[in-house]
Amino acid sequence: MATIEHEKTAETQKYKVIGTRPIRHDGVDKVTGRALYGADKRLTGMLAGAMLRSPHAHANIKSLDTSLAEKLPGVHAVVTSADLPDCTDKVANLGEGSVNLKHLSNNVLAGEKVLYRGHAIAAVAADDIHIAQEAVKLIKIEYEVLPPVLHVLDAMQENAPLLHDDLKTDELGEIADQPSNVAKHFRFEQGDLEAGFAAADVVVEHEFKTATVHQGYIEPHNATALWNADGHITVWMSTQGTFTARQQTAELLHVPVSHVKVVPMEIGGGFGGKISVYLPPVAAVLSKKSGRPVQLVMSRTDVFEATGPTPGSVIRIKLGVDKEGNITAGEAWLAYEAGAYPGSPVGAGAMCVFSCYDIPNAKVDGFDVVVNKPRTNAYRAPGATNAAFAMETVVDEICEKLQLDPVEFRLKNAAVEGTRRVDGPVYPRIGMVETIEAIRDCEHFQTPLEGKHRGRGMATGFWFNIGLKSTAQATVNPDGTVGLVEGSTDIGGTRASIAMQLAETLGIAAEDVVPTVVDTDSIGYTDVTGGSRVTFATGWAAYLAAIDIQDQMVERAAKIWDCDATKVHYEDGAIHGPDGNKLTFKEMAAKAQTTGEPIIGRGSADPQQPGGAFGTHLVDVEVDVDTGKVTVLRYTAAQDVGTAIHPAYVEGQIQGGAVQGIGWGLNEEYYYDDEGTMRNSTYLDYRMPTTYDLPMIDTILVEVPNPGHPYGVRGVGEVPIVPPPAALANAIYQATGIRMRELPMSPPKLLHEILGKAKTNGA
Amino acid sequence: MPTVFIPASLRQLADDHDRVELDAANVRDAIDELEQRFPGIAERLVPDGALRPGLAIAVDGNISSLGLLQKLGPESELHFLPAVGGG
Repeated sequence: MATIEHEKTAETQKYKVIGTRPIRHDGVDKVTGRALYGADKRLTGMLAGAMLRSPHAHANIKSLDTSLAEKLPGVHAVVTSADLPDCTDKVANLGEGSVNLKHLSNNVLAGEKVLYRGHAIAAVAADDIHIAQEAVKLIKIEYEVLPPVLHVLDAMQENAPLLHDDLKTDELGEIADQPSNVAKHFRFEQGDLEAGFAAADVVVEHEFKTATVHQGYIEPHNATALWNADGHITVWMSTQGTFTARQQTAELLHVPVSHVKVVPMEIGGGFGGKISVYLPPVAAVLSKKSGRPVQLVMSRTDVFEATGPTPGSVIRIKLGVDKEGNITAGEAWLAYEAGAYPGSPVGAGAMCVFSCYDIPNAKVDGFDVVVNKPRTNAYRAPGATNAAFAMETVVDEICEKLQLDPVEFRLKNAAVEGTRRVDGPVYPRIGMVETIEAIRDCEHFQTPLEGKHRGRGMATGFWFNIGLKSTAQATVNPDGTVGLVEGSTDIGGTRASIAMQLAETLGIAAEDVVPTVVDTDSIGYTDVTGGSRVTFATGWAAYLAAIDIQDQMVERAAKIWDCDATKVHYEDGAIHGPDGNKLTFKEMAAKAQTTGEPIIGRGSADPQQPGGAFGTHLVDVEVDVDTGKVTVLRYTAAQDVGTAIHPAYVEGQIQGGAVQGIGWGLNEEYYYDDEGTMRNSTYLDYRMPTTYDLPMIDTILVEVPNPGHPYGVRGVGEVPIVPPPAALANAIYQATGIRMRELPMSPPKLLHEILGKAKTNGA
Repeated sequence: MPTVFIPASLRQLADDHDRVELDAANVRDAIDELEQRFPGIAERLVPDGALRPGLAIAVDGNISSLGLLQKLGPESELHFLPAVGGG
């Protein structure tokens, strides 16, 4: 079973298209292999590119000589950072987040220093990939190897090797005098912390560690670029955001954004990792130098070593609770690894750490710290999973100490409408309580778990979701269908979920909408496919485009019926006028071409109320006490999903997020040696869960419509990754009596604890 | 009047207030008012006249993309938060 049916509200029952499960519009191309991905792109005269990457985690580049590579027959161009324009410390606003352009440029091609193994240094374009790779080997480079610093706590030490001589800590708003690896220290506070802990009957305090993990998208990064003789650049690539890729490429190359066109290819996963650019500027400069189109495709090892994973972290939680089970105070300290350049998601982690609860007195300190690892990037609810692992494990321990039911404790302290988060804002209507109740009432929870070394755990999680800008354009065809053009690259079935909102508004079938994702020259500005925003914001743009079509059809019908437009209205897929006149959408579409201008709907949206999302997960595990291996026996995830536009895709998002969270919890980690070399940079060694490892993830869709959207949509894609590691840790404790406070809870680490416990017990 | 919440890192500039009520119609007005009462605070929020990179404005719990132009109602709450990027 994948879905546990949950009662629909009156509000969600009224729809005809929304809530159904039509076949996705791009389904045939995907299952027949005809869909074109970035590496499938072929252009006449196209060259293959290869990159030189640093074998060291931290080193100064003493000299770089590309002359031999340039002379190799078949080589057409070699580029280094000297071929990129000088970027200042200017910070570019990318819609979702911002980026320091100097850091971004140095990350694309290193200048005088390499900051992590795999850091790109130079690139070659040649007749084929073999010549390009051979030429890379001919580049002479001399390094001054420096000691790397690979862990956040080591990097925070005063005598730690420094990554950047000019990085000085922003210490609660004051810039420090001396350089440091700590880019920023910030704080949230509310209430009276001291009084809150004084009122507590039980205080639990622990430190937690999480490992660096990768999004693990199947398709590697790629870019094919043509720098035309007229100065215009076209980039074909796999990206979560064509417009942000266009802006980053233009800013790094110092060309106007109108000179860059980004064409989205199909995307084989992203999860936040395909927002930042790595290859497009390099491919573009290679194209400019060679006069030919150039394609760059990363290997899996390149992806692991040189693209943004999510950070490792250290988190300390102190929680105080009175005898009645009320949380009286909470204190958190979070230090996140930013990788080679500042910008970890510690801000979001700090905002999320206490976000599921009403905590009157709280303080949270956050630290953004650079280390000799690849620059981190977003990964589903960035920063929140780390924080939830720590907080939800402490909550479980508190419940045990006070002998409180974990469900009742959560219900008693749950954030509700009106609760003020520690970072300040007050919640609007949210569904945290409903997700806990859904788990409490589900068959999984009601069924006792029996058997040796088995345990059950639960955890909750929160993510903000975002709105941002989207554009949609819809053209009415004479056969009664609608061509829908949009700028949101489709990662999780959003062609369908956006088309369904257009169809619902027009009162037509989802199959009568033909959605197309287009390039940056062919649609208005659209922010990234990320932050769980596309079904919410681009769906809103499609809704507006449909309303625009309705208005035009009303005007047209009034013209046809020779009456005032105020006497005509659009309802239920038809235009209704005086004297019983009626035209269905299809009838009007057929008449449109002979009665006036084409009917084209336009929608541009910048919605401000995305509505946060909550999830509560329940897991049963069995621990093999001889090996430390954890087997997931059963898993149920309940989530406040707003209105589920296409329930199958909502379930898919929850299942996918939960599986990634399980991988993060049980197995995944960047494993480095002392020199800073990742020792598991292939899928053989970087252990992600597969279908063989897991049972079906059951989902409960709790529909609490978002009042900030015409159809009540909330983002659903990120929050399901937040609870799994904590739920697993709590289940492992039930099974073994061992509290795991470090991720991943992999067999060697868990076995170590099991053996340690046995030794302590004298077994 | 709208309530402006002072980030913990700026409270030393604001006589340790964690929130103040200001007569302001939008975020720009609110920051101008803050600067009048607590000189130096605007430089920390809007250096060079634009919102500091990495900072986001939340009004009544929602992140605003309108920045300094975001309107404030008489009961509005204004927060300055770390900008959050999603995946």
